[in-house]
Amino acid sequence: MGKLPAAVVGIGQTHHRAKREDLSMAGLCREAIDRALLDANMSLDDIDAIVVGKAPDLFEGVMMPELFLAESLGAAGKPLLRVHTAGSVGGSTAIVAASLVQSGVHKRVLTVAYEKQSESNAMWALSVPLPFNMPVHAGAGGYFAPHVRSYIRRSGAPTHVGAIVAAKDRNNALKNPYAHLHNEGTTVESVLASTMLWDPIRYDETCPSSDGACALVIVDEDTAAASPNPAWIHGQAMRSEATSAAERDQVNPQASRDAAAYLWKQAGITNPFEEIDAAELYVPFSWFEPMWLESLGFAAEGDGWKLSESGETAMTGRLPVNCSGGVLSSNPIGASGMLRFGEAALQVRGAAGEHQIDGARKALGHAYGGGSQFFSMWVVGADKPTS
Amino acid sequence: MRDVAVVGFAQRQMPDFDGSPTCVEMLVPILGECYEQTGWTRHDVGFWCSGSSDYLAGRSFSFVQAVDAIGVTPPVNESHVEMDLAWAMYEAWIKIQTGEVDTALVYAFGKSSAGVLRRTLALQLDPYTMTPLWPDTVSLAGLQARAGIDAGLWDERAMAEVANRSLTDAEKNEHSIRKGGSSVEELLARPMYADPLRKHDCAPVTDGAAAIVLAAGDRARDVRDRPAWISGLSHFVDASSIANRDLTRSPSTAKAAAKVDLRGVEVAELHAPFSHQELVLRRELGLGDDVRVNPSGGALTSNPMFSGGGIRIGETAQRIWSGEIEKGVGHATSGAALQQNLLCVLEASTGKDGA
Repeated sequence: MGKLPAAVVGIGQTHHRAKREDLSMAGLCREAIDRALLDANMSLDDIDAIVVGKAPDLFEGVMMPELFLAESLGAAGKPLLRVHTAGSVGGSTAIVAASLVQSGVHKRVLTVAYEKQSESNAMWALSVPLPFNMPVHAGAGGYFAPHVRSYIRRSGAPTHVGAIVAAKDRNNALKNPYAHLHNEGTTVESVLASTMLWDPIRYDETCPSSDGACALVIVDEDTAAASPNPAWIHGQAMRSEATSAAERDQVNPQASRDAAAYLWKQAGITNPFEEIDAAELYVPFSWFEPMWLESLGFAAEGDGWKLSESGETAMTGRLPVNCSGGVLSSNPIGASGMLRFGEAALQVRGAAGEHQIDGARKALGHAYGGGSQFFSMWVVGADKPTS
Repeated sequence: MRDVAVVGFAQRQMPDFDGSPTCVEMLVPILGECYEQTGWTRHDVGFWCSGSSDYLAGRSFSFVQAVDAIGVTPPVNESHVEMDLAWAMYEAWIKIQTGEVDTALVYAFGKSSAGVLRRTLALQLDPYTMTPLWPDTVSLAGLQARAGIDAGLWDERAMAEVANRSLTDAEKNEHSIRKGGSSVEELLARPMYADPLRKHDCAPVTDGAAAIVLAAGDRARDVRDRPAWISGLSHFVDASSIANRDLTRSPSTAKAAAKVDLRGVEVAELHAPFSHQELVLRRELGLGDDVRVNPSGGALTSNPMFSGGGIRIGETAQRIWSGEIEKGVGHATSGAALQQNLLCVLEASTGKDGA
């Protein structure tokens, strides 16, 4: 028995900002949910089940916040699930929501992922001292900088490639009204002139800390028939590997390669670079664009940076990456993965507005988390999958 | 729907786990027991899902190190819910229903003793209006118990009867950390703890972990002669605010019950961390007097956070494997005063194979 078809027919996101002091946590989620339901031409009464995703509870200081949020999310009297798989959670949550439809258990599922970082302190939440564990105390940038250095050494990439990616994503964000950062006039030179934070990652090559939410309405084949432009799910994959293993390749993790191979197989894609029209990759630090391009199979190992450097990943290139501005321009952590999944769906629905790639038929949404050990990804298409 | 059965179950429960808050050390032997029961290695497991809470572990991403207990090379198809084991099992059951995988191993863990549990759980409430008052779990349950007494739905004697039966049954359960029944009169003579609750009306703070193995169709028949087939699985949530709901009722339990077939259930393992909550649940489920409730001793005798609900399902499955019963129901709860509830009906027969 195969999966039943499922499609995204509603997408909503907040106007992401450093601090949304005008909204409570519930209000933040509702801004995204109400926009998604409006897009889907549905109300909460039409929804069978709700799946909530977010990163660690310590980020807001509330234990299992979906419990107190249940009523304001419209979940009271419905089934409610709460997913938490580190930074990949936004993607994993969308996949769990899709599974509820693909299994035939539900027909119309609402999923929402959020982070309200301004209500607590993520740096503190990531730095609680643990017995018998080496303290990081450097945030995610300090953790990932050695991976980036290793990538540069292995690939021989010129050291300005990261700045090219950052300037591209920050300029793409100017076309996205929801993006947190709208930094006019960002250039490769201005990125290179910004402060070095964790060598080789500069200030302008890092993601911001955002308040934001994203919501999707995922439905079965019959319900999707009423939508003028459903984004059909062609494949989805989740893979995890251990934190600590001496043989782990942290630059190009096997869990990432395995997930991509399984994803392309499901979606019937043999040449991702040719067949994918737009990709939303989880790039919290600029250098992860070339790293993931290789890991996902868009480029041979060691060649990913050439696509970034030559402009192939710009909106005018052959593989536009992060037309929305990506994580580098908005990072409500728990929602960041779902934003990638949702932005991919917007592209194939022709609904991405100013950052739309003309004629996009197949798009990739991608997220990762932990120490590059948790991966979730999906391929969505304008056409119903044939198998 | 595919036929999916519970074919493996392992548990550890104790007052105070002498190990890390991520309980990785406890998970390794539990997973080992699951392999032993099924004859599988970890490569036979199609999907993994865990349940836990960062607030018990006192750190972010506490489930990350738990993944290490799987020994993940090569990588695995894996997920995590910030919920009880029962909901991790639900996600795995869904995954099997999509046809993507045929088998799953789900596990959950929680070291309740690392902090003051009743205060930690106050962090589950509305952070803007409730948590600043620090209404702890036991006090909230006390309000719920009082509401039922005032409404004439139960009395302290009925609560003591639940506790006495549970403590007596727990004598036969090696995993229970509180056991030894006496008499209703003796229990009622004990001092109040959070009026109208006495200590034995409240689940003991328990550390622990558990795992459940699921398999579809012939994969399940390969493992056991009498797999515990899941004939119904349903869950719902209610609003959180205790001011806006009738605490003597559990509408989410009633809704879940309406989605499954409870006729002929011989055993009901109910996740009731407070004695009066069993009375609420029995009423919502409409269980007859012939249904044995919590023969394991239930949550009143051992309640490891984040596996306590799933353990109810595992306990029920064991009675089907052994041939003791043909049909039973496991229940799990989460949130303050029975906010979220799940029912899992298990049967010896799939209803299709003539067994």
